[in-house]
Amino acid sequence: MPIFAHAKAINHIFFGMKKYILDLIVRQSQQPRPGYVLLRLTDPSHPLPAMLPGQFVEVRVDGSPSTFLRRPISINLVDKSSNELWLLVHAIGAGTRALANLKEGDPLNVVLPLGNGFTLPAAADGEGAGASLRASAVGASAVSASPRRYLLVGGGVGTAPLLYLGQELVACGWQPVFLLGGRSAGDLLQLDDFRALGEVHVTTEDGTLGEQGFVTQHSLWLRADADGFARVCTCGPKPMMVAVARLAREKGIPCEASLENLMACGLGACLCCVEDTVDGHVCVCKEGPVFNIEKLKW
Amino acid sequence: MADLRTNIGSLALKNPVMTASGTFGYGLEFADFVDLSSLGGIIVKGTTLEPRQGNPYPRMAETAQGMLNCVGLQNKGVDYFCEHIYPEVRRIDTAVLVNVSGNSPETYAECARRIAALDDIPAIELNISCPNVRQGGMAFGVTCEGAASVVKAVRAAYPKTLIVKLSPNVTSIADIARAVEAEGADAVSLINTLMGMAIDAERRRPILSIGTGGLSGPAVKPVALRMVWQVYDAVKIPIVGLGGIMNATDAVEFMLAGASAIEIGTANFIDPAVTTKVVSGIDDYLSRHGFSSVREIIGAAHNG
Repeated sequence: MPIFAHAKAINHIFFGMKKYILDLIVRQSQQPRPGYVLLRLTDPSHPLPAMLPGQFVEVRVDGSPSTFLRRPISINLVDKSSNELWLLVHAIGAGTRALANLKEGDPLNVVLPLGNGFTLPAAADGEGAGASLRASAVGASAVSASPRRYLLVGGGVGTAPLLYLGQELVACGWQPVFLLGGRSAGDLLQLDDFRALGEVHVTTEDGTLGEQGFVTQHSLWLRADADGFARVCTCGPKPMMVAVARLAREKGIPCEASLENLMACGLGACLCCVEDTVDGHVCVCKEGPVFNIEKLKW
Repeated sequence: MADLRTNIGSLALKNPVMTASGTFGYGLEFADFVDLSSLGGIIVKGTTLEPRQGNPYPRMAETAQGMLNCVGLQNKGVDYFCEHIYPEVRRIDTAVLVNVSGNSPETYAECARRIAALDDIPAIELNISCPNVRQGGMAFGVTCEGAASVVKAVRAAYPKTLIVKLSPNVTSIADIARAVEAEGADAVSLINTLMGMAIDAERRRPILSIGTGGLSGPAVKPVALRMVWQVYDAVKIPIVGLGGIMNATDAVEFMLAGASAIEIGTANFIDPAVTTKVVSGIDDYLSRHGFSSVREIIGAAHNG
């Protein structure tokens, strides 16, 4: 039907990448630490759709009577060679606990990919869509002799999307430097996976791993080349991201933060997850979850 | 395949399945999941004369078999809709309706007048039942006089099909339905959300930014069904039923209670493709029970 075809064309212009509802299969469920589960999902019959680092999926939680809505979960990794999508789940409520109980071979219904994702270097160097982010990136690279490094700052389970971002940065010839924080050593997950991609720095509040303190207190920020990053990307608890954003701003580095406001639809329809930005209330699920900090009232 | 066509007054729908305002965006958000032209209708977001920022975050709380929201009619205003959204949604091959809200009979009427000028919007749904705005909204929908005053003003400004969306937060919804019928409404839709709240025990504070919100989802379905049943006995104008419809069986129940068409709302969040499944599920039901037209089941539970 031509009219529907037209609606689809509009959809792609206005709403980004094509979205899918998929029944994926749990290929492996690992427990990296008590309370956390890494779900390695696959589509047994098709290649997984294209997804960007920073995007998320909405997972339907079956078998948990008290869980009504889908759960938004950030994309931890997409491995094209094994056709796997990784989701790192912190089991803190009934819904996420039900996800943690999934076993190999169990189906999981997901809507994906959702949201916008972090700005990747190829896009950051070019002209075109998302011009506001680009303008600041170009400005920064002009003063700091085009550093080909991103600083990725994560806290707690908020480190999850930074793994995929790191992988994609490496894939386009850039260097991710990770700064990961937690309350205690047990909060820091997938450190070997991060180390395989780049330099990893760690802080813990109790000093059980890495430097003691918050990510914003790490000695990395005092190094002579601390401003030698094309971009800072951060995901984690809001107070941490606010502090990271302030530091990045002081150093004149463009910064993007991934928000996790409470969501219902994940598609920009219900307007529940809004963030109060310089452009007014905008949906974190659609205009975000990744925002340039200049758009935020932080 | 049974005949799925139905009517809301003079508005002909290709099938009884519409989407509820505020749960399906402008339809385009769901075009990857749903063949929009397969729907009976799309009711787009609540639109007001002036742009509105809505309520502060947080606006949502999950509940047992449902959710609370206090979005508060965030929208860019009717002129933005006419200029930017209408040119896109008019191309969708289904009935596209606009949900209209306001803070006085005059602002409702002016908003409706501007939408009346849009050729490809055949009807509006008048929202006199939003529980989440301080001024207007539900305030008009909870008394017969308030409801009548808005419908009277809009009726004078709007010649096409006028559906009035009723609040369940009343003692007698049948009385309100009769009041809006008397002022010339072509149909009523019910129910809007039930007012409720959620409290965070750990923080000892309400979860929603304005304290209270509107409850939707399967939790409200029995209440909605009962109200459709009562209104069917109270008025002659057609009824659009909604409230917690998650599947075709739910939809059929609303039609048996008296609805000529139904709206699917919160279920879109759980399964973005649910609407098409409900259309085909209604068809299956009709075949299974030997009905040739969906119109045969409207109000059928009242017989005998």
